Amino acid sequence: MSKKVLMCGNEAIGEAAIQANCRYYFGYPITPQNELTAYMAGRLPEVGGVFLQSESEIAAINMVYGAAAAGMRAMTSSSSPGISLKQEGISYLAGAELPAVIINIMRGGPGLGNIAPAQADYFQATRGGGHGDYRTIVLAPSKVQEMMDLTRLAFDLADKYRNPVILLGDGLLGQMMEPVEFKVESLKLKGKGKKTSTNKKPWALTGAKGRPRNLLRSLYLGTLEQHNQHLQEKYKKISRKEVRYEAISLKDAEIVLIAYGTSARISKAALAKARKEGLKVGMLRPITLWPFPSDIVAGIAGRAKALLTVEMSAGQMVEDVKLAGEGKCPVHFYGRMGGGVPTAEEILAEIRKI
Amino acid sequence: MHEEIIMAGFGGQGVIFMGKFLAYLGMRKGNQVTYLPSYGAEVRGGTANCTVIISSEEIASPLSSCPYTAIVMNKPSLDKFEPRIKKDGLLILNSSLINRDPDRDDLKIIKVPATEIAMNLGNSRVANMVALGAYIIQKKVVPLKTVLDHLQDVLPKRAHHLLEINKEALREGAKIK
Repeated sequence: MSKKVLMCGNEAIGEAAIQANCRYYFGYPITPQNELTAYMAGRLPEVGGVFLQSESEIAAINMVYGAAAAGMRAMTSSSSPGISLKQEGISYLAGAELPAVIINIMRGGPGLGNIAPAQADYFQATRGGGHGDYRTIVLAPSKVQEMMDLTRLAFDLADKYRNPVILLGDGLLGQMMEPVEFKVESLKLKGKGKKTSTNKKPWALTGAKGRPRNLLRSLYLGTLEQHNQHLQEKYKKISRKEVRYEAISLKDAEIVLIAYGTSARISKAALAKARKEGLKVGMLRPITLWPFPSDIVAGIAGRAKALLTVEMSAGQMVEDVKLAGEGKCPVHFYGRMGGGVPTAEEILAEIRKI
Repeated sequence: MHEEIIMAGFGGQGVIFMGKFLAYLGMRKGNQVTYLPSYGAEVRGGTANCTVIISSEEIASPLSSCPYTAIVMNKPSLDKFEPRIKKDGLLILNSSLINRDPDRDDLKIIKVPATEIAMNLGNSRVANMVALGAYIIQKKVVPLKTVLDHLQDVLPKRAHHLLEINKEALREGAKIK
């Protein structure tokens, strides 16, 4: 039976991971994502899974590497400073082509920053973050229901492409409560569930008795260029197949807002106010930040009078918007930094200026 | 239907519970709801607040820069949120702990001696339910009966022995006009 339950974003991610058959969670506490760590600590033992609070974020991501190598669905979560610590491990996961889900509930930076919601880790998430030529799929939810849906999707995409997937939320989305709808039976799920992924993983390290041994590594002495070519082919395929976005009131739009996550919610409120004033405003909300919906932005840039990118950063996604728009129309930017959250009125004022 | 409300007070006065409960009631009635708490260092400073939005339409932003209603349980909260309430909005204040009158004259003001009533009932910690009872009667987001019926859904099981006193507090609050 499907039922509406009031949950905060962090808890919704946790429940979605359980439903996606994730039975391994490794993490180290940090605000504003602690409800997720707490949820996994409570739920995983009930379903025969493993919860481990590691000694550090670096340890946690390497434990994820181990569980993923064994073919298990594994997850770690943190907030901005902790995600920085995980970058080496994420690069190794990408190099060894291991599926894993990494949750970043972003807070203000740089450094230890503060604990307020922010979107300043866009570059880090979409450009790879660690060393080497690699990409991670990046999913950006903007409501609690979507945090649940995209977490499930993250596990599927990670397995499908043997690639790490990052769910990029922020402190506001992690903390806020909204109704989420799902089959409540899963809340009662107890006992030893299936620990392995539902997908077959012939590459996993499961013991080589009776079959040729598998080898998982990111060290390729002599054949690294070929390995990179293979990775790039895979990234191209992901770019072709996995772009996701939401388009709002684009049909007659002269000014198009481009925003994701919390900024998108607030931009949507600004859009409603602008429409009441008779301004022809539309919005594009990228759901995948990588792959970025470049073709869609290019199409919009060819039709609209101007684009306005709104972010809780000094301007990061706006670079992708400009690259995609290829100068076909002016690209404006409005951002707040260091944990500042824009108001609908501020965005409306920017729209009026154009 | 659209309501934006900020609830604020000292940590321990139950404003977070009050907000979650109201959001739950709004959801049960079939509305869209968002609940956004203040968190982390902000809470450690001693004051807590949360924003609840209840609407028949999709809620774009969970933030409210200009709430229709404020329930303030202590004086620092009155100082902080009184200027932000929407013109002709509703202000419910805990007169047991707030010894000044509001500055605004456009607001509808309901003074509720919430802490005093709660102490008379035998537990100062149900002051939040007194205030919520007073709010429910003013805005009628849900009928009082629904509030009383669903309290047990959200009150943690370990606190179920306090169900009756919480209900009594809601009823007492609902008498204040």
